[in-house]
Amino acid sequence: MTQKLIVIGAGMASGRALEHLVDADADVEITLFNAEPRGNYNRIMLSPVLAGDQTYDDIITHDDAWYADHGITCRFGERIDSIDRAAKTVTAANGDTLFYDKLLIGTGSNPVMIPLPGHDLDGVIAYRDLEDTHRMMGLTKSQKAVVIGGGLLGLEAAAGMAARGVDVTVVHLMGHLMERQLDEAAGYLLRKALVDKGITIRCSANSKEILGENGHARALKLDDGTELPCDLLVMAVGIRPNVGLAKDAGLAVGRGIHVDDQMCTSDPDILAVGECVEHGGQIFGLVAPLYDQAKVAAQTLMGEPATFVQKELSTKLKVTGCDLFSAGDFADGDGREDIVFRDPARGVYKRLVVEDDRIIGAVMYGDTADGNWFYGMIRDKTDISEMRETLIFGPAYQGGSPVDPMAAVAALPPEAEICGCNGVCKGDIVAAIQNGATDLGAVRSVTKASGSCGTCTGLVEQVLSTTLGDDFVMPTAQPMCGCTDLTHEDVRRLIKSRELKTMPAVWQELGWKTSCGCHVCRPALNFYLLADWPLDYRDDPQSRFVNERKHANIQKDGTFSVVPRMWGGITTPDELRAIADAADKYDVPTVKVTGGQRIDLLGVRSEDLPAIWADLGKAGLVSGHAYSKGLRTVKTCVGTDHCRFGTQDSTGLGIKLERALWGSWTPHKVKLAVSGCPRNCAEATCKDLGVVCVDSGYQIGVGGAAGMDVKETEPLVQVASEDEAIAVTKAFVQLYRENAKYLDRPYKWIAKVGLDWVKERVVYDLDERAALVARFELSQSIYQKDPWAEHAETRVDSYKPIANFTLEAAE
Amino acid sequence: MTGPADWIDIGPLDAIPPRGARVVKSPMGCVAVFRTGEDEIYALDNACPHKAGPLAEGIVHGKAVTCPLHNWVISLETGEAQGSDSGSVSTYPARVAQGRILIEAGFLQMRAAE
Repeated sequence: MTQKLIVIGAGMASGRALEHLVDADADVEITLFNAEPRGNYNRIMLSPVLAGDQTYDDIITHDDAWYADHGITCRFGERIDSIDRAAKTVTAANGDTLFYDKLLIGTGSNPVMIPLPGHDLDGVIAYRDLEDTHRMMGLTKSQKAVVIGGGLLGLEAAAGMAARGVDVTVVHLMGHLMERQLDEAAGYLLRKALVDKGITIRCSANSKEILGENGHARALKLDDGTELPCDLLVMAVGIRPNVGLAKDAGLAVGRGIHVDDQMCTSDPDILAVGECVEHGGQIFGLVAPLYDQAKVAAQTLMGEPATFVQKELSTKLKVTGCDLFSAGDFADGDGREDIVFRDPARGVYKRLVVEDDRIIGAVMYGDTADGNWFYGMIRDKTDISEMRETLIFGPAYQGGSPVDPMAAVAALPPEAEICGCNGVCKGDIVAAIQNGATDLGAVRSVTKASGSCGTCTGLVEQVLSTTLGDDFVMPTAQPMCGCTDLTHEDVRRLIKSRELKTMPAVWQELGWKTSCGCHVCRPALNFYLLADWPLDYRDDPQSRFVNERKHANIQKDGTFSVVPRMWGGITTPDELRAIADAADKYDVPTVKVTGGQRIDLLGVRSEDLPAIWADLGKAGLVSGHAYSKGLRTVKTCVGTDHCRFGTQDSTGLGIKLERALWGSWTPHKVKLAVSGCPRNCAEATCKDLGVVCVDSGYQIGVGGAAGMDVKETEPLVQVASEDEAIAVTKAFVQLYRENAKYLDRPYKWIAKVGLDWVKERVVYDLDERAALVARFELSQSIYQKDPWAEHAETRVDSYKPIANFTLEAAE
Repeated sequence: MTGPADWIDIGPLDAIPPRGARVVKSPMGCVAVFRTGEDEIYALDNACPHKAGPLAEGIVHGKAVTCPLHNWVISLETGEAQGSDSGSVSTYPARVAQGRILIEAGFLQMRAAE
């Protein structure tokens, strides 16, 4: 007996199910309802339509003739209002009631619209259907569009509009693009490619409201106050399964319509497929599983056994010139390892996630030719233990035996290119060596090989080694850490010369061997980036040692010490009372006077930190940065105010210096002192920078130490005025910030570059001094702020436990 | 004993920054809950095997944390000290579901055995 099948929704999943049914000559009489006034088209190809690569006609999957040929009754533009499961009927909007034997629901999904103020203005659209696509195509050159959402759909919309000459900005809440499919490194490369297409990308950006004018969207306002003008605003932040009809009919629904492995809902005569369903807790937005569901649903309808199994998914972005691939899973699991390959010159990044000798996830950018090979191995759970060494190079490199790298270099012909940046081949390097360039530096200066990006340094050294034999001693330059072969100095140079402004940019362009660095390189990179790019880089608290993250010194029992700033060592009774009150209120076990002329409250619990800071802040006390690689204290004596020997106002100068320098981040801690006469009561001659006042002015010395090493300062310059002393100090600190290796105190850095080199820039060249001062002040305009006040106000929760079960268990 | 009732919801994933950690207090001591750069979640005793340093305050890199007191590197997966150091801390099953962090309830009892 012919069964009556009613299908609700003409989408990609239900369309595919219909194909399976007619291909199998199933004995069914089909009626297809669709609320949209058209049949089925290939929704995922809307992006090529938007970009102008295809037309709507190209993406129609079933035209009117197809439905007619297969005897399918089409009721397009008609909505189903209700389902009566007891009577097995559906009622259409016009009141028609139709009987069914089986019902297939494919109501799809609705785009999520963030309920920002102004979301209902004209000119605010989703990216979902042909109408939306036409709105975007209606923009003319140099009109502006803002896309909220840096996921797959949002970026395709952005690229499509940009290709039409529209000025597009993408606003993304997360720290990098497509965070569900890509890791940070691939996200960085994608961002770079999109920026090259003229698209502006703003990550970690939170939308606040849509501003309108005459009922039309005019701009998007972010929560930091930025306004992004737009003629059209596209929200592409996700989909929500369309479950209303099923829910009203009493079917089991969660986020989507619940279906079992046979695609049956909680009513065995009603099936559901596509973006409206929830299976095993998952909902579906990509096309591959929808097609699998369609096939299973068709077989179930025909009474054949079939089971829907969720598979690993792969993703490709349909944007010309952005070659990326992502498959499988790289989150939530134990025992996983990474295999990472980076080729900075070609902009290639590949990462495989391996678990139990099987690949479970892959991310690739720039060269995705092997993507399907890896995807196949993920799907088939192929054991890769035998080919692990060469796995990342793809199928072309399997089966060979690992080779000795020296032998490989020795075997290279003279015309083989060693340095891609400067086009230097092996023969050039060998010739240079034979003409007397017998170390890396000499080869670099003669041939320029390894002088730009530096990633071929190891190869050049191998050429030196194979050419010179035993005469060549490999240099012992210490790499920064196990994540790279580059030294701190190399990394600093490359961050500047190649304008690397984010941590993932450094990892990628300099070929980091780990996915996200380690506890040695991350704090150093964080400092280098914020020192070199104060306007572009955003400080990363998670790459800082705990003391700088929590703005207090960790003690051996996990408590912290709190040291408020006392400018130049001067305090007041009110400040002292506030400190005493805080010590009482928070049960501070130890109160100690420090060597830096201030007071240390030791033994404060992490969760009390924001409160004690807020209390101290009310008395005007701010962070003393006793925990930072930054300015600690400026020690002073009382100078001309009280001392009968004082020659200048040393206390006053000390306070001015501390006010100028506090809050600055430096490669290591920086301590200053100002003594009012050569008796030097403030011990200025063993500080990083010390000023000794004399009748004729101010003697400035640098590079002292009184720690692991003890060292007297060396004279830098004598100046006549306070203003000059302050300018020289700022310039010196800035030069140190821009050039020193992380964790080198100034005396170690000066030993490397030479005091004359420092004097040349800070003392003799007045233009250079002024430029250094200007750069220092620019950085201070961003970083000179009291972190205690900020954290007490906005980050209290991060100092507390996330959960506390001590009370419950006591009951 | 891995039924749904055995998992305790301790808060939203967003409460811990990527490459960061927060502490859960229990009657037997603190458990450090880590979130990696890849949004994986791990739960370990918040005490380094070396000198009981608070691991939750360490720098998280890859699937490891560096103790803030003396730079021991502890695997988040196994709780084992890495490199030439030896020692280990207890780990507890943890996972993320629908944006919430879940820890297996056993962590409230197991710690009594220490």
